Amino acid sequence: MNYPSVTKITETTKENSDVKTLFFEYPKKIIPGQFFMIWIPGIDEIPMSASYFNSSIKAITFKRIGDATKALFELKKGDKIGVRGPYGNGFKVNGTRILFVGGGTGIATIAPSVKEAISKNISSTVILGVKNKNELFFENRIKKYGADVHISTDDGSKGHKGFATDLAKKLLEEKKFNSVLTCGPEIMMKKLLEISDGIHFQASLERYMKCGFGICGQCCVDKGLRVCVEGPVFDGITLKNIEDFGIFKRDATGRKVRF
Amino acid sequence: MDKDAGSMERIFNYGAGAIVTKSIGLNPREGYPNPTVVELEFGILNAMGLPNPSIEKFGDEIKKLKKFNIPIIGSIFGSNSKEFTELAKKMETFGVTAIELNMSCPHAKGYGLEIGSDPKLVKEITYNVKESTSIPVFVKISPNLPSVTEIAKSAESGNADGIVAINTVKAMKIDLDLKIPVLSNKVGGYSGKAIKPIGVRCVYEISQNVDIPVIGVGGITTGEDALEYIMAGASAIQIGSGIYYRGLDIFKKICDELEIWMKDHGHKNLSELIGVAHI
Ligand SMILES: Cc1cc2nc3c(=O)[nH]c(=O)nc-3n(C[C@H](O)[C@H](O)[C@H](O)COP(=O)(O)O)c2cc1C
Ligand code: FES
Repeated sequence: MNYPSVTKITETTKENSDVKTLFFEYPKKIIPGQFFMIWIPGIDEIPMSASYFNSSIKAITFKRIGDATKALFELKKGDKIGVRGPYGNGFKVNGTRILFVGGGTGIATIAPSVKEAISKNISSTVILGVKNKNELFFENRIKKYGADVHISTDDGSKGHKGFATDLAKKLLEEKKFNSVLTCGPEIMMKKLLEISDGIHFQASLERYMKCGFGICGQCCVDKGLRVCVEGPVFDGITLKNIEDFGIFKRDATGRKVRF
Repeated sequence: MDKDAGSMERIFNYGAGAIVTKSIGLNPREGYPNPTVVELEFGILNAMGLPNPSIEKFGDEIKKLKKFNIPIIGSIFGSNSKEFTELAKKMETFGVTAIELNMSCPHAKGYGLEIGSDPKLVKEITYNVKESTSIPVFVKISPNLPSVTEIAKSAESGNADGIVAINTVKAMKIDLDLKIPVLSNKVGGYSGKAIKPIGVRCVYEISQNVDIPVIGVGGITTGEDALEYIMAGASAIQIGSGIYYRGLDIFKKICDELEIWMKDHGHKNLSELIGVAHI
């Protein structure tokens, strides 16, 4: 049922100065790319993708930005949150050679699919794109899975200097990939779609959400595609038809605002 | 699924005969913080707080839909006659087929039910909207009233072209683990399966006492639910939460189920059945 289960935080990990992971008990089945609605009592309830999971423990990883994430950031082991879901479709992790591109907190969303790809013996190359090296997280974790990890920073403080998409372009020219999986800023994902021509493409979108189970209409894109039900992962063909992709999202009132 | 042109087009393509928009006001509103919607055992509880982009911005969505010839019922909410009239006129210019006055939202201060529980105000607002527009005007009323008949009659005397019943039932859910109401607004509106008998009773009482058509809404998920409303006196029905229970193609499913039932029971025309339960 789409009602929050109250659960205790079992562990917290600080990934960098602004990014934290919260682990909690939530024994439901989930696939990479799906998300939860996380209720921070008295504050808000927000969609957040699973950054880690096993059969009993799940985790979310987030950056403190707004009121809700700031409140989440302060939570400690033993504190209570409400969790419902998992929601959405998730990534289809298959093929022989996948290029993963995680931008900013999008890294948290792709991490479980990298793990799954490696467990299926899929050759996995991962680009982690951030503004500067202090914002990086999950590098070691993803390396440990056995992926070929590349870093890109806007200011060149680590790895490739410039946009993650430029690095992706270079890798796509050097090697043959049969699939691209991405999560990050929508402008980055749109550019990535353009340069991944002819390769199977999946991107996870983020929209303001209320119900998470398809009835309020808050998260719709294009012709009534609900990011919470038909998404958050859309393939390249669908994305090419979504006029607003990489350009507009809707705010809480339903008005279109530019990215 | 009633907030933007794309979503409404998708619903229409699943077999709905017309689409009622999200309730729209004069100014943009963000609505309440989450949690705003949760599922309970027998229904859905929500307190969205009338989020909307403002009538000005909503015009774009309606204009997009007009291209597809989809009948649109523009739902509006205001706090007085002047606001309702202004909104109605704008909706008419955008090209909607009819207007629905939301006088029944149970969880927004100064709007909805707070207006819709005052018989004089209901009559006055309906009258003024009718005077300033030339398309059909429906008044949507709440079940949270000592007498739904009284309010429906007020709307009729204000020249309403139809009554829509019911909006959600005022309700609350308390979380046992946290010992607090789950909705951020604490109070919300209950919809879905649990409220069908309430809606059927309201439609029955209203249709017995007014001469204008009644549109039934509340907990309809199957053709048989729709038939109950029709027998209670509804000339048409609306579906909200059913989209969650049976999927977006609920409209087509219900039409098919109605057809089968009619065939099995030897009825040719649905209109033969409107209000037959009144004896
Ligand atoms: C999430 C949600 C949002 C709603 N928003 C509105 C609204 O903006 N205006 C309105 O008149 N009714 C609104 N309603 C009430 C429905 O139109 C309907 O009257 C009520 O839900 C009962 O029907 P149902 O059981 O088929 O959902 C809303 C209901 C739900 C569940
Ligand atoms: S968040 Fe309500 S439909 Fe997606």
